[in-house]
Amino acid sequence: MIAELGHFSLIMALLAAVVQGSLPFVGAACRRNDWMLTAAPAALLQLLFVAGAFAALTYGYVTSDFSILNVAENSHSAKPLLYKFSGVWGNHEGSMLLWVLILALFGSAVALFGGNLPLSLKARVLAVQAWIAIGFLSFSLITSNPFARLVPAPLDGRDLNPLLQDPGLAFHPPMLYMGYVGFSMAFSFAVAALIEGRVDAAWARWVRPWTLAAWIFLTAGISLGSWWAYYELGWGGWWFWDPVENVSFMPWLLGTALLHSAIVVEKRDALKVWTILLAILTFSLSLIGTFIVRSGTLTSVHAFASDPERGLYILMLLAIAIGGSLMLFAWRAPSLTPGGLFAPISREGGLVLNNMLLAVACGTVFLGTLGPLLLEAFGHKVSVGLPYFNRTFVPVAAPLVFLTAFGPFLSWKRADLPGVLGRLKIAFALGVVASLAAVYLSQGGPVLAALGIGIAAWLFTASLLEWAERVKLFRATPRETWRRIMGLPRAAHGMTLAHSGLAVAVAGMIGASAWSSELVTVARPGERLDLGGYSYLYQGDEAAEGPNYRIERGRFTVERDGRQVAVLAPEKRLYPVQNMPTTEAAIHTTGLADLYVVIGDADGKGGRTVRIFYKPLVPWIWFGTAIMVLGGLVSLSDRRYRIGAPQRRSAAGREAGLADRKPAAAAAET
Amino acid sequence: MKRRLFFFLPVLVFAIVVGLFLWGLQPDRDPREVPTVMIDKMPPDFDYGPVPGLSLPGFSSADIGQGEPVLVNFFASWCLPCRVEHPVLSALADAEEIPLYGVSHRDKPEDAADWLAQLGNPYDRIGRDSGRGAVDWGVYGLPETFLLDGSGRIRYHHRGPLGEKKVQEELVPLIQTLRQ
Amino acid sequence: MIRNLLPVALALALSLLAARAMAVLPDEILDDPTLEARARALSAEVRCLVCQNESIDSSHAELARELRLLIRERLVAGDDEDEIKAFLVSRYGEFVLLKPPFEAATAVLWFGPFAFLLIGLAVMVIYFRRQSRDFAEQASGGLSHEENERLGRLLDPAGDERPEDEERKGPSS
Repeated sequence: MIAELGHFSLIMALLAAVVQGSLPFVGAACRRNDWMLTAAPAALLQLLFVAGAFAALTYGYVTSDFSILNVAENSHSAKPLLYKFSGVWGNHEGSMLLWVLILALFGSAVALFGGNLPLSLKARVLAVQAWIAIGFLSFSLITSNPFARLVPAPLDGRDLNPLLQDPGLAFHPPMLYMGYVGFSMAFSFAVAALIEGRVDAAWARWVRPWTLAAWIFLTAGISLGSWWAYYELGWGGWWFWDPVENVSFMPWLLGTALLHSAIVVEKRDALKVWTILLAILTFSLSLIGTFIVRSGTLTSVHAFASDPERGLYILMLLAIAIGGSLMLFAWRAPSLTPGGLFAPISREGGLVLNNMLLAVACGTVFLGTLGPLLLEAFGHKVSVGLPYFNRTFVPVAAPLVFLTAFGPFLSWKRADLPGVLGRLKIAFALGVVASLAAVYLSQGGPVLAALGIGIAAWLFTASLLEWAERVKLFRATPRETWRRIMGLPRAAHGMTLAHSGLAVAVAGMIGASAWSSELVTVARPGERLDLGGYSYLYQGDEAAEGPNYRIERGRFTVERDGRQVAVLAPEKRLYPVQNMPTTEAAIHTTGLADLYVVIGDADGKGGRTVRIFYKPLVPWIWFGTAIMVLGGLVSLSDRRYRIGAPQRRSAAGREAGLADRKPAAAAAET
Repeated sequence: MKRRLFFFLPVLVFAIVVGLFLWGLQPDRDPREVPTVMIDKMPPDFDYGPVPGLSLPGFSSADIGQGEPVLVNFFASWCLPCRVEHPVLSALADAEEIPLYGVSHRDKPEDAADWLAQLGNPYDRIGRDSGRGAVDWGVYGLPETFLLDGSGRIRYHHRGPLGEKKVQEELVPLIQTLRQ
Repeated sequence: MIRNLLPVALALALSLLAARAMAVLPDEILDDPTLEARARALSAEVRCLVCQNESIDSSHAELARELRLLIRERLVAGDDEDEIKAFLVSRYGEFVLLKPPFEAATAVLWFGPFAFLLIGLAVMVIYFRRQSRDFAEQASGGLSHEENERLGRLLDPAGDERPEDEERKGPSS
């Protein structure tokens, strides 16, 4: 019964979306306040109904109701409760439901907290959001109904893939979806602005918080996924340039560009056309990603069950949403008023360069992901993997990381480059020192890695240097410095955190790629193995039982200089329902490096294959991204976002802005 | 005016991407399939010893290129699609009276013998391959079937189980062509 | 701390940032560390055909192991990387390589990113040129060079035309 209620709820959500997508839109065109005011309640109602449907499906999972087809295919009664819960989105239909839930969530957030938005803009934004919702709600109801019944109901389900029964992976999809579905908000704002015919500093101020929120979640989601792969897949890899990974990375790249170009729109009223295009493209990449993951067009370790019929439906949605918005862009964007001027060497100039490099990087990933498909259509089946991306992506990313250091030092409109270079001398020196140290410590390791570490150190130092300058650290009384710290807008602190976090993460990535060492051998109990200055004593295995799996567990005592550092217990698990084995690596982090142990098969003669890895700097990948997320959160808490007061413009400017709006619309504006 | 045209660039690029995706969605495309490159090539020199326990001789380079087309089939007892293919393959070898040489890939002799006893043995020769043989023939999964012409050149390479349709539409005509 | 690095690091100079994936079993490892390093580096570039998007270096599949052994045998026998890759391509096609070969067909893959960068730079330069022209224009009273000249001619006392039309500035652009 609950499932049927859920199904009904989903249909009601579609109806609410239809209302939300029609009345406010027409109302904005006809300047009818009462119609425009239906947007917010409709959005909230939509959320209510989608949430209800989601709750119904969750109930089905948690109570192991195997009469629901989706539950029967993806769950099992012996599964721990956490994974019964996270199993809701561990499959195509359930994750689609999560997708529309988050879409509705963002719409409602704008409905509730977008009080300072002019009514017509808000109405249009929510209408566009509703159109997307209509597309995906109907997709769900027509092709991927999670509430289909299975009669007769089996005694037990087919279980969730054991690889997914993991806390890290349980929460990776919701985070990821909050990220790239969250960019739908920027998309809706962009389309609404194009329809209105006006993009100005106020628009940018309203868009930025939503974009930032989505970015924060996407960063966290990607990072979580990477961390999961690292500890779960058993060999310490953390990024594989798999199509599904790329498809989450591309919106991140463009989303970062969008965050930065929106600043220029807000502060200097420039780069409007570009920013609008970015907002459309970022979410378009999310949609394309949804298509690739669910249609089976590309081979990938992650892909959901592939289904060309569903793929066709999604492709149709894509064509309408992206094609439509890009057509709108082609038609309306040329009439947007160009904005403030600036010299090439300036903060705006730096942000333009930042955007250009991020866009090129995104284009590179796009080419690598879809290129093989293109070539296949012409009869050449080639494959593109990690080695390709190393050659093509890294040469674009490295200069970007290097140049990020300059950004905060450049002043608006026109900057003094020699002066900036002078201020950065310390950062440069430290970068060189770090490079040399890397060369020395790695004893002839790859030169490019040492260079990369130098760049990371340079960026880190430069970011802190800029912050220190602004608060007059060590140059004024501690009280004065403290006063300045408190007075600095939170977004400034956020920027410092985000940029330095990037440096830390990059350092970790270089360490992971260039300096890890490994030892694989057959070990007998009592044997001692040495790697990276640590000594591992293998103490044998034991068998055990988990909630829904059997365990073979090895035991290792790790010592350094005679002192015990850790006890590691890597496992091999067998999940009987799907007869699937998994390996659980045992990892100990020293903060500067990871000690990583995996056990393999027994050789039947008392020995067992053991792999030990020594991974310097690897934990910094996730420390770094965590700092970036923190930076984003700090920025988001900036009061200026929450007040969102539009910037005052000169009388001439206001006149110019009014020139391309319908005259009566100005009157309808609150 | 020229400036306006630039604004249409994104839509244009997107249209191409949609076209590509449409192509990618066509039903008989398998993104995981690796097209064969063995057509018109000679298999490398090989010598697969007989499977102990079976009364059949082994299979080596000397057995091909004897003037008439032959079928070569990689199989194993642990391969389910091989089981599905077995009747089709047997019928084909019978009907066309074409020599069928098998390669028992990575299989225990007892298991192979049991399997053949159960299903019937259509092979004239069976060679035993512990793994490298597959690589030499460009095989990556089971079952895979080759048709060689009289000079020992590969003229047909099918990955996966042979279906009746493929046999009738492609293999039989090709065998007859090669016999002329 | 970062000591005891195996000569694996040598091979890494060949490929800048290779993820150190590992499914190699102890009995596969060659005695000669340099050769082993080359084997690992080459394996990282060979696709595991029965997996979804993995190299044979990181896959546990039987075929992957077979290919790893083959690579090592050939390296020991004296073949170089190109010869081994050529052999694999002759058996499985170009799809088996994770780094597409450099040919006319794959030119778009290899030159594409570089082309993007050039286009990006070009667009940026054009944008800044236009910016600085408008900037100078704004500085000189909102008139372009040609307009300034026309103004000069119009202000010629011999002329009767009213210059106000040309003088009016547009909204700050």
